[in-house]
Amino acid sequence: MFDIQTQLFEGKDIRFGPIDYEKDPEVESKWTHDSDFMRMYESDPARPMSAAMVKKEYEKLEKEIEEEKNMYFFAVRAKADERLIGKAMIHRVEWVNGNCSLRFGIGSPDDRRKGYGSQTLQMLLRFAFAELNMFRVSAHVSEYNEATIIMLQKFGFVEEVRRRQALDRDGRRWDLLIFGLLKDEWQVRAKA
Amino acid sequence: MKEIFRGDLVRLCAMDSDETGKAFSRWDRDSEFRRFLDSGVAHFVSSKKLKKKIEEEIAEQPLRQYPFGVRTLKDDALIGVGDLYVYNWTGRDAFVGLGFGEREFWGKGYGTDLMSLLLRYAFAEINLNRVTLNVFEYNPRAVRSYEKAGFRHEGRMRQFLNKEGKRWDMLFMGILRKEWMAHNEHRIKN
Repeated sequence: MFDIQTQLFEGKDIRFGPIDYEKDPEVESKWTHDSDFMRMYESDPARPMSAAMVKKEYEKLEKEIEEEKNMYFFAVRAKADERLIGKAMIHRVEWVNGNCSLRFGIGSPDDRRKGYGSQTLQMLLRFAFAELNMFRVSAHVSEYNEATIIMLQKFGFVEEVRRRQALDRDGRRWDLLIFGLLKDEWQVRAKA
Repeated sequence: MKEIFRGDLVRLCAMDSDETGKAFSRWDRDSEFRRFLDSGVAHFVSSKKLKKKIEEEIAEQPLRQYPFGVRTLKDDALIGVGDLYVYNWTGRDAFVGLGFGEREFWGKGYGTDLMSLLLRYAFAEINLNRVTLNVFEYNPRAVRSYEKAGFRHEGRMRQFLNKEGKRWDMLFMGILRKEWMAHNEHRIKN
């Protein structure tokens, strides 16, 4: 298990940190030109964004975080060189019911399949259960996002909901899945 | 063409922010109504503030939000609300929600009548492919009425809510356009 001394925001190869308005917009703008990434991360239509547009989105996001008090955002960086490699968030927190959703993405194809995603998920879950004291965490994922589905299952997530044909991409319809993980289920795995 | 705003018991009308704000400030005193309506905390908001919130919501997302007031055909009284929220236009999927603040209209077919109007609007006016709803485990009467309207069970988020010291599931139900067409075949032709 973890203790108070174990850093919440540091994994083996990655670390969570705040947004860097100087450097990050340029990097994320590149990711948005990769439709694979956009279609994994968003159910809204994919569209390329300029660095200026990304910067505006960050401002909107930080304003929402301050006003709504139901979300947390992390820039995911490589520990070795502090380079931005992805983003992660906890959102839709319902404090009274102890539930929330999470989402995360590793931006560049070169950074995928290196364990960064699963370190991100592990840190997000510890943050949700051991810092925010959530009772359950949900994850929404498209049927075609197989890599994420396999990762969620590895972490003990259970497929709970299948919204049939909720997405329409590449001329066919896809289901939208919701996975859930309860605190008890997470603790069992964290100990193992 | 069919009259799409008029059912057997109720009709859909514009959501008037002043009237609806006043109605909700009265309805919110019924905690059972609140707990059926959404997962938020049962509490009070003044009719003045509610009016402003309704106006803001409608102004913010004119292409996603389709809110209606619900009136009885018998004496034109405002007894509830219904709405569609198209959260994803490219997937043509919307969430439907409805509630009757006047509880003497519970369990008498008003909900069924309202749901059939909202579904007709969703599938035959704004041309969606599917409609989704959430309902809580502690509201089995609503679940039965949605099943009757043609919704299918699509899963449940386990132990989503914490009320009265217990955890409760949040159920997801959905209906596809083709299922709605089949379900209403006899009515659509007329």
